[in-house]
Amino acid sequence: MNAAQDTGETLLERAPQALRDLLTSHLPEPWRWFANSLIAIVAILAVFGLLFAALTLAERKILGRVQNRPGPNRTGPFGLLQPIADGIKMLSKEDIVPRDADHLLHFLAPVTLLASSILAFAVIPYGRHLIPVELDAAVLYFFCVGATTELAVFMAGWSSHNKYSLLAAMRALAQLISYELPLLLSWLPVVMISGTLSTTGIVAAQSAWRWGWMPTWHVFTPWGLAGFVIFMVAALAESNRSPFDLPEAESELIAGHLTEYSGCKYVFFFMAEYFGMTALSGMAVTLFLGGWHAPLPSLEFIPSYVWFGAKLITLLMGFIWIRATFPRLRIDQLTRFAWKFLVPLALVNLGTTAFWSLSFGWTGPLLAARCTVAVILVVVPFVLLGRRLSSGLTPRTYSYAP
Amino acid sequence: MSPFDASPLSPSGGAHVRSVVDEFHGDLLEVSMGPHHPSTHGVFRMIVTLDGERIVKLKPVLGYLHRNHEKIGESTSYLGSMPYTDRLDYLNAMTNNWAYALAVERLGGLAVPERAEYLRVILAELSRLQNHVCLAGFLLQDTGASGTPLMYAFREREKILELFESLSGSRMMCNFQRFGGCRTDASSEWLGQVSSLVNGFGAFLDEFEELITGNEILMARTQGVGVMKGPAAVSAGITGPMLRACGVGYDIRKVDAYGIYPRFTFRVPIGSHGDTYDRYMIRILEMRESIGILQQALRDIPAGPIMDPKAKLRGFRPKPGESYGRIEGPKGEIGFYLISDGSANPYRYRVRPPSFVNLTLLEDLCLGHTIADSVVILGSIDIVLGEVDR
Repeated sequence: MNAAQDTGETLLERAPQALRDLLTSHLPEPWRWFANSLIAIVAILAVFGLLFAALTLAERKILGRVQNRPGPNRTGPFGLLQPIADGIKMLSKEDIVPRDADHLLHFLAPVTLLASSILAFAVIPYGRHLIPVELDAAVLYFFCVGATTELAVFMAGWSSHNKYSLLAAMRALAQLISYELPLLLSWLPVVMISGTLSTTGIVAAQSAWRWGWMPTWHVFTPWGLAGFVIFMVAALAESNRSPFDLPEAESELIAGHLTEYSGCKYVFFFMAEYFGMTALSGMAVTLFLGGWHAPLPSLEFIPSYVWFGAKLITLLMGFIWIRATFPRLRIDQLTRFAWKFLVPLALVNLGTTAFWSLSFGWTGPLLAARCTVAVILVVVPFVLLGRRLSSGLTPRTYSYAP
Repeated sequence: MSPFDASPLSPSGGAHVRSVVDEFHGDLLEVSMGPHHPSTHGVFRMIVTLDGERIVKLKPVLGYLHRNHEKIGESTSYLGSMPYTDRLDYLNAMTNNWAYALAVERLGGLAVPERAEYLRVILAELSRLQNHVCLAGFLLQDTGASGTPLMYAFREREKILELFESLSGSRMMCNFQRFGGCRTDASSEWLGQVSSLVNGFGAFLDEFEELITGNEILMARTQGVGVMKGPAAVSAGITGPMLRACGVGYDIRKVDAYGIYPRFTFRVPIGSHGDTYDRYMIRILEMRESIGILQQALRDIPAGPIMDPKAKLRGFRPKPGESYGRIEGPKGEIGFYLISDGSANPYRYRVRPPSFVNLTLLEDLCLGHTIADSVVILGSIDIVLGEVDR
């Protein structure tokens, strides 16, 4: 499948596997799969739990730097212990449930949300041998699990018996349903090209090298780039991140569906948001950025999971950067952006991909024609739809009183 | 008559959770935004009736910060009221002081020395800079820009407040103007510091505008939102940048030509749409004009006394009469109306607060827009509750 396999793998590449086998090899055979699964679960929770902690700190630090301030720097060296202090604070807070709230739903909402966001980690290939669960329909599973967040956010908003929460719940539904469509449409081309719903298969489809050095990641094709951008924008909206953080828009809705949550339950929401963001970024890496593959053949000596982590963190930093920069959209603008811009663009992208797939064998001048047509199919709808979307919005010139 | 008028909404809105059945629109939701709300700029409350996210009715509730300011003014000496005026619009103590000083000077027939006039102009324009930069930051924060513009704005504002502090002893409660002049003289080092700040301010504005003004989301959020027409604004008594954004070129610095403003060349920017974007941009442009005024004032400021020798601060007893002093504050026309009966206290002490008057059109601006817009519109009005409630 990959050139690196022929040359033999480094010790580091096999290290996680070897470590697991060391732990489970003395167990009787029937128990081994169970122990293996358990170890995978613990590893995921530990790694992404730590990543969550690091991410909250990184976000606050980066936001601080962007905004001319140092960010947290009092707990531990450079504020590195801040996540721990935050955790202790949040967990020791009183859990307040409004008297008129639906207690069961109020409790279930954060649990559902967190559970579904953790489940999404199951099918992402983190490295050459690191995939917790091999599923034939892994991508489908991933987005089905992701769709549960809508239910959980609505549960939270409805059960809180707070008007801000209710408004937030309505917004969340409108937003998540609107963006579910472009999100799903944006990765369909990948399935069309690679012919599989299995994440391992999709990564394998991006393993070749063109001209001996250029990776054949999907993002380096016209349809792949368009799909990647649509995917990331929809992922921003799906994970309620700025500029699409309407359900918890603090300027008008206090904290939206989180208004009546405190302590541990609030942490669950918070974790779920970051887990969701991480999982969607991981899926973007898998679908479009070549998964765990190195960007250059000469760099393949570095373990595959390092490459996956590097790509993942790059995407997450993008999320933070966007948060530091943009104002928030309004709900009608948000849905308009989805239905009138992203969805048509994603639909056209399906056509582009079909063309790309049909013209697979073209060579010579036909290859140039193939690339040109594909680029036109991506750029022209983007420009036309974008112009319609932003019509009437211009910087203005001002006159002065006589 | 809309079906809504007949509904039994109590104006006091004691119960916060209530929905009103409307046979045409289904359920309306009444939300009480404030007085504890992150975006009402203080203890302001809006009872908003929503049809989905659209506002069908908005009722402002004021008075949470009422503290008898005007009545206290009637039982306090003329000098004693000066520090109280700091607490009206607590972002702009300098201009409040000036307007009050102007009213008392007219009542007592006091002249102001040249240097004091220049100092007043410098401080008023600095005050305008920090008020407008604050407003831009808060407004962008209200549109959800995650603090970055706000922090940029506050970095500059802090520099101006430090200048206020080194001159008057206090960052915000300056208590600096006196009738007949100013309290302390500015050193040449201080003027040099102002000069370097003013010269760097244009670059900051460029950076700020580079960051956000052309942003498509900002334009989508503010253009066409909260449109106010010129005639409506004039009949409601709106003043300041709010009025100029509707295309009415009314600036008291030009109209009254108080102080020494006729000596400076500056332009009055006016908008053409009267929407939130215009209100934002007018403030940015006004800051650029203020930089020009400051540069001229710093260039021309003469040496000399800063107090009228005739002025008697303590035990000041003006002849019976009345006066009205008004200036172009950063938020609009800030005016003080005084009636003297010859005693040491004013017989009547009345404040004309720009924020309060500008707030009166809030419902008209918000109707038909969404709840998210109401926050942005409120932000663009630029209120300070200390002045609204007094």
